[in-house]
Amino acid sequence: MVQFTLPKNSKVVTGKTWPKPDGKNVRKFQIYRWNPDDGKNPSVDTYFVDMDKCGPMVLDALIKIKNEIDPTLTFRRSCREGICGSCAMNIDGINTLACIYGLDEVKGDVKIYPLPHMPVIKDLIPDLTHFYAQHASIMPWLETKTNRPAKEWRQSIEDRKKLDGLYECVMCASCSTSCPSYWWNGDKYLGPAALLHAYRWIIDSRDEATGERLDGLEDPFKLYRCHTIMNCAKTCPKGLNPAKAISEIKKMMVDRVV
Amino acid sequence: MRYLTARKRAEGKGASHTGTHHHWHMTLSSVALAFMVPTWVYIFGSALGGTRDEVVASFARPFPAILTALVLIVGMRHFAMGATMMIEDYARGTSRKLGIITAYSLSAVITATGLFALLKIAL
Repeated sequence: MVQFTLPKNSKVVTGKTWPKPDGKNVRKFQIYRWNPDDGKNPSVDTYFVDMDKCGPMVLDALIKIKNEIDPTLTFRRSCREGICGSCAMNIDGINTLACIYGLDEVKGDVKIYPLPHMPVIKDLIPDLTHFYAQHASIMPWLETKTNRPAKEWRQSIEDRKKLDGLYECVMCASCSTSCPSYWWNGDKYLGPAALLHAYRWIIDSRDEATGERLDGLEDPFKLYRCHTIMNCAKTCPKGLNPAKAISEIKKMMVDRVV
Repeated sequence: MRYLTARKRAEGKGASHTGTHHHWHMTLSSVALAFMVPTWVYIFGSALGGTRDEVVASFARPFPAILTALVLIVGMRHFAMGATMMIEDYARGTSRKLGIITAYSLSAVITATGLFALLKIAL
């Protein structure tokens, strides 16, 4: 059965409160901490950051905390402009990218947790191995059977436009980890991100494996676990709509049989 | 502990190539029920408060009787398929299979009982 309560060793306890600096514009951060090496339960540590000496984004504050307060705080980050998808985490209850989420968008204390319902490697770093393997399973590349043309695979402007709203996905996993269906059946359900990518290749006019792609998705769990809850579209930091892509795949499935 | 690659875990047993008929049936039955249930509720509501003979006479007429039979058959089938999806969401292994069997059995018993009662009234 689905587990509705955390196991005893996963219950989150109150952690360390770090010293409060002087200053008028000090903000409180509550951050999830877990170290696999110390054998302790996860905790929520409290930090205080002087906002007059901090950048405007949540990632700026995290980097400031790591650099100036607690170097053991662990999180992923790279591009700092919403392109790499590394710094996806749960901020103020929303899965998003820390680098493009402004601190002014958070009311009150800033609460930061790792992406929900994923195994945690350390602190704010989730284990995305299965998520990436699911993405690989939908064959995220151009599949062709015709001999390669002399110059390039041609595509009309209209057909290229169909990929807008799909190709921009940076695989941050915010959508999949906000989906209750993915929480309960993530072992089999591909999740919004992988399905959005699947649709991106299904509707690519140059791809010649449409039938095989649809065959590979036709399954009560891989595709049909989507119940149009729409958390994916609501949370996507890039403003994409995976639920719509999934619904388009379902329409194509029906078109094949009716 | 099994030493499986991440890709092997993600692929699982592969796609079962089913699910589209379930999805299409749920869509069709939803549309059908969206029309049938309000009409049936209106007929049922009209019969409410009458004497036993009046209610029996009302449901013995062809349209209410056929509509009631259709609501029972389509509605219970829709219920069984919807409940199956819900059980698949939350239960695993044997409890999942037992849950699905229970949902289908319950829907079959309710349909059969309803149709039997309807036949006794209508014929």
